[in-house]
Amino acid sequence: MSYVIEGSTGPWEIVVGLEVHCQVISESKLFSGASTKFGNEPNTNVSLVDAAMPGMLPVVNAQCVRQAVKTGLGLKAKINKESVFARKNYFYADLPQGYQISQFDKPIVGEGTIILDMPDGSTKSVGIERLHLEQDAGKSMHDQDPKYSHIDLNRSGVALMEIVSMPDIRTPEEAGAYLTKLRAIVRYLGTCDGNMNEGSMRCDANVSVRRPGEPFGTRCEIKNVNSIRFVMQAIEIEAKRQVEVLEAGGEIVQETRLYDQRLGETRSMRSKEMAHDYRYFPDPDLLPLVFDDAFISEIEKELPELPDEKKARFMRENGLSAYDAGVLVAEKEKADYYEIVAKGRDGKLAANWVITNLFGALNKAEVGIADSPVSAENLGKLIDLISNDTISGRIAKDVFEIMIETGDDPEKIVEEKGLKQITDTGAIEGAIDEVIAANPDKVQEIRDGKDRMLGWFVGQVMKATGGKANPGMVNKLLRDKILG
Amino acid sequence: MTDLTKLTLAEARDGLAKGEYTSVELTEAHLKSMEAHRNLNAYITETPEKAIEMAKASDAKRAKGEAGKMEGLPIAVKDLFCTEGVQTTAASHILEGFKPEYESTVTSKLFENGAVMLGKANLDEFAMGSSNTSSYYGNAINPWKGKDGKDLVPGGSSGGSAAAVAANMALAATGTDTGGSIRQPASYCGIVGLKPTYGRCSRWGIVAFASSLDQAGPMTKTVRDAAIMLGSMAGHDAKDSTSAPMAVPDFEAALTGDIRGMKIGIPKEYRVDGMPEEISKLWDDGVAMLRDAGAEVVDVTLPHTKYALGTYYIVAPAEASSNLARYDGLRYGQRVMDEGDSLDDMYMKSRAAGFGKEVQRRIMIGTYVLSAGYYDAYYNKALKVRRRIYEDFANAFGTVDTILAPTAPSAAFAIGENEGDPVKMYLNDVFTVPASLAGLPGLSLPTGLSSEGLPLGLQLIGKPFDEETVLRVGGVLESAANFTAKPSGLEG
Amino acid sequence: MSSLDKETVRRIAYLSRINVSEEGLSELAGDLTRILDFVEELQEVDVEGCEPLTSVADLTLPLRKDEVTDGNIQQKVLSNAPMTDAGCFVVPKVVE
Repeated sequence: MSYVIEGSTGPWEIVVGLEVHCQVISESKLFSGASTKFGNEPNTNVSLVDAAMPGMLPVVNAQCVRQAVKTGLGLKAKINKESVFARKNYFYADLPQGYQISQFDKPIVGEGTIILDMPDGSTKSVGIERLHLEQDAGKSMHDQDPKYSHIDLNRSGVALMEIVSMPDIRTPEEAGAYLTKLRAIVRYLGTCDGNMNEGSMRCDANVSVRRPGEPFGTRCEIKNVNSIRFVMQAIEIEAKRQVEVLEAGGEIVQETRLYDQRLGETRSMRSKEMAHDYRYFPDPDLLPLVFDDAFISEIEKELPELPDEKKARFMRENGLSAYDAGVLVAEKEKADYYEIVAKGRDGKLAANWVITNLFGALNKAEVGIADSPVSAENLGKLIDLISNDTISGRIAKDVFEIMIETGDDPEKIVEEKGLKQITDTGAIEGAIDEVIAANPDKVQEIRDGKDRMLGWFVGQVMKATGGKANPGMVNKLLRDKILG
Repeated sequence: MTDLTKLTLAEARDGLAKGEYTSVELTEAHLKSMEAHRNLNAYITETPEKAIEMAKASDAKRAKGEAGKMEGLPIAVKDLFCTEGVQTTAASHILEGFKPEYESTVTSKLFENGAVMLGKANLDEFAMGSSNTSSYYGNAINPWKGKDGKDLVPGGSSGGSAAAVAANMALAATGTDTGGSIRQPASYCGIVGLKPTYGRCSRWGIVAFASSLDQAGPMTKTVRDAAIMLGSMAGHDAKDSTSAPMAVPDFEAALTGDIRGMKIGIPKEYRVDGMPEEISKLWDDGVAMLRDAGAEVVDVTLPHTKYALGTYYIVAPAEASSNLARYDGLRYGQRVMDEGDSLDDMYMKSRAAGFGKEVQRRIMIGTYVLSAGYYDAYYNKALKVRRRIYEDFANAFGTVDTILAPTAPSAAFAIGENEGDPVKMYLNDVFTVPASLAGLPGLSLPTGLSSEGLPLGLQLIGKPFDEETVLRVGGVLESAANFTAKPSGLEG
Repeated sequence: MSSLDKETVRRIAYLSRINVSEEGLSELAGDLTRILDFVEELQEVDVEGCEPLTSVADLTLPLRKDEVTDGNIQQKVLSNAPMTDAGCFVVPKVVE
C-alpha cells in the first residue's frame, strides 16, 4: 500500500524514522542507587551522584543492562557483547553533570526488526537500527514563578533505552502500528511499561518527503509527541508542510520542531545561533561493558512468548485470522485472557466472544482488561452453555449483558432467570403447530416455493417460546411439518 | 621534649604507641607550626578545633587498645578531597563556601585508621598546574628559599601539601597526581611523594580533573612513611568503577632494604636535549647508588616518550572540560545571576567569574579537541598514542623490575618566573607525565641538591600494582642518598 | 597549522559556557593554536592498527545489584544550593 501526498506538482512520498525513549523498569537508577519510583517529593529520589556533586562517580545497574539485552532479544536484534558508555556534553538546567551518559559508537544492541500488524491484516517489516542505554534528565517546571524555573532531579539518571528505527516507515498508519507493536513488545518483556501519556515511553519522529523513486529529502525532527495518535497526526501535518514548502520552491531546513495538537501544526523550536556539538567521547569513569554468551542465554531463557509468536500460534492452533489474532496479542493480558477462554473450546467462537462482545463492552465502559467484570473462566462457561445447547446464541447475548452488570457466573444467571433453551421436541412441536394453524396462507406460500418465509415462521416460534426454543430444532421441525 | 614536628610518621607512630606523648600534644605542636609558617600559605582552610577533637578521640581510642594504622597522626588533606562539613574549594572561587555532605573514600579510610586532619592544603586550582600559582586563595610558597632569598614555587598541583610536609606543618599530606602533581612538588620541596597505580586508591569524593589519570597518594618525609600511609589510603571501592579489585599488601613489609639482583631500567629517551648538567649527574649518581646496592642497571627504551606531553595536553583537558561542566552555579558553588539573565547568562557569568584563567584555558582547550570535526585527529589520535606509550612501558618491564629517572628537569623556580609561558610551565611535567598516561606507580624522593642548594628528586616507576618494588628500591636509594638537608626558609 | 580565528574561539567559549572578553578571545586563540603544535607532533606517530586507550585499568565494567541503596537525602542535596524553593533548585526562567 502506498501513501502519497498529492501536491500541486505531483505525488510525494513520506519517509519516517522513529526514535523512541523507553524508561527501563528497575528498582534503582542506571548509575546510582536512588529509587526510580514515580511521584515522590522533589529531589528525594536523588543521590549525590544524581546531583552531580564534586567527586561523584557512576556505577552501572546490572538489571538495566539485562533489560536492554532482553529488549534487544525481543527485537530480534544483534546483542553487542562489548559496548561503551559515552558522554554527550551540553548544558541544561535538568542535566546536572553537564553531560548525559549515553552510548555513541558502540551501543549495547545493534540491528533488529519489528513486524508491524496493519489494520487490514497484512504485515510489514521495519528495521531497527540500534538500541542503547542512557540517563534520563531531570524535570524543569516553568509555571511555578514568573521569573524562575524550578528543577527537580528525581528523574535524573533513570535508565532509558533509546530505540532507533531505520527510516523504513512510509505512512502515518505504519508509524502508529510500529509504536503499538513496540509498546506491546516491551510490555510483554516487562522492560518498560510503555505509558506514553505518563512519559515512560516518548517518541521523536524524523520526517522527510520525496518524489517517488528519488533519494531521501532533508528531514525534520518532531520531538516529544506523547501519544500514538498524535504521532500519526504530527507526521501527516509535517509531511504536508514540507510538501507545501518544496512546491513553493523553498528548501527544508533541518531542524527540531514541536507538534501543537491544539493548533494542528508543527513549530520550529527556538533555535540557537550555534548548533549543538555534543563532543561525544568514551566516559573515562566507566570501563567497557562486556558480557558473555552465558549472560545472554540466561536472559533468553526468561523470554516470554512474544506477540508475533503468540499471534502465529493462535492462527495455527486456534484457526484465527491474522486480524483477530493480532487484536488478541496486542496486549499480553488480553492474550492471556483469551487463552483461558479458548482452552478446550472452539478457538474461533472464543475469539468472537472475546473480541466482539467483551472488548466491545470494555471499550464502551472505558475499562481495561485487568478490570473486566467478566472473568475469563465465566466467559468460557458461557460458551460451554451455548455449545452444549443449554442456551441459544441469542439468549447467550442477554446473559452476557447481565454478566457485564453483575460479574456473575452464567450458569447461575441461566438457572435464576429460567433461560434454559427448550429442546424438548414435544414442546417445540406444540408451538409450531400453533403458529402454522394461525397462518395457513403463509404456509401455502412456503409450499409454493417461497423458502424465505420459513425464517419468518422460525421467528414467530422463537417469540412464542420466549426465545428459548433451540432455533436449529425449530427450523428442522418446521421444515418437516410444512414441507414434509 | 623533642620538637614533635620534626618527627617522621613512623617515629610518631612509635612514640604514640610507647606513650611518649599524646596525639593531642602532637597535634597542638603542628597547629603551632601552622601558625608560625602561615606566610607559606600552605593551607587554604585550617581546622584546629576539629583537629583537637579528632586527637582527643584518638587518644581515647588508643587507651581502649583500639589503635588504627594511622592512629593519632596529624596530616594535611589536599583541598581536592571532599571532607564532610569542612569547606572544600579545589582552590577555586567557584567552590568557595562549598561544604560537602560526604567524605571522600580515601580520607574516610585515613580517618577510620585514626588520622587527624589539620586542615585543607593549598593546590593549583582544580589541580591544573605545576607551581601552585593558580590558586584563588593565593600562592603556596616553598619553604626552601632561592639563593637571593626569592620566594620559590613549591611545585604543583599539590604544592600546599608538599610545603606543609617540608615545613613540618604536618607529619604527612594527601596529594593527587594526574600528570605529576604529587611527584614534582615532592621533588621541589625535598620530600617523598608516591603516585600509586591507577585504580589502587578510590577516586570517589575527589574533585575530578582528568578521570583516566587522577590518582590519590601520600606525600611524606620518608619512603617508610609513604608505605605506611598508602596502606591506609588504598583499597577497592565499589563506588568507583575504575577502582581495582586488588588486595592491599603490607607495603611497609616491602622495605626489606635488599635489592640485590633487581634490574633497574634507565630509559634513554629521558636524557633529553638541553638537560641541565646537574640533573644528569643526579641521575648518574642514583644509578651508581643502586648498582652499589647490588642491583643490575639495564638500558631500556621508551620510544614514544617525546609524544607524552602532547598526548597528555590533549587527553587531560578533554576530560577536564567535561568533568568541570557541573560547576555551573546551579546546585552548589558561586552563582552570578543578574536581573533579567537567562540560564545561559547565568552559566557564562558564573563560570567566567568562578574559574581562574588557567582553568578556563584548559576547559576551552578540552572543548576544542573534542569538537566536531576534530575528534578523530586530536582526541582519538592522542588516545592511540597513549596506547603506544603504555606498550613501551609494558615492553620495558619485560626486562626490568623498575625504572629510574629524574622527577623534574630543574629545581624549584622563583614565583612568577615562568608566568605567561604555558609551554615552559608544561615542560615541568615532562618526566612525570608518561607514567601517568600508562597508569603506573611512581615514587619521587630527594637524592641531591642543585647548585643553588635546592632539592632535586629522582623517581622510580614500577609495574602496575607493584608499589612494593618501587618502595623497596626507593628505600634503598633513600638510605644511600642520605638526603638530610632542610629548607633554609624554616627557623629553628 | 594556521592559527584559529576569533569566531571559532567564540564558539568554543560558548560551548564551554564561559564569558570571554574580546581580548580574552584573542589570547585564547593563541593558546589554542599552541595546542595545535602538540597535535601536529602526534601526527607523525604510527598508530596503524592501534586501538585508542581510554582506560589503563585493565578491567571491564563491574555491575551493581539493582536495589535502592541511596537517595532520600533531600536536605543534603539542596544544602549547598544558591537558590531553592519548595524542594527544588531555582534558576532563571527557561523558555523552551
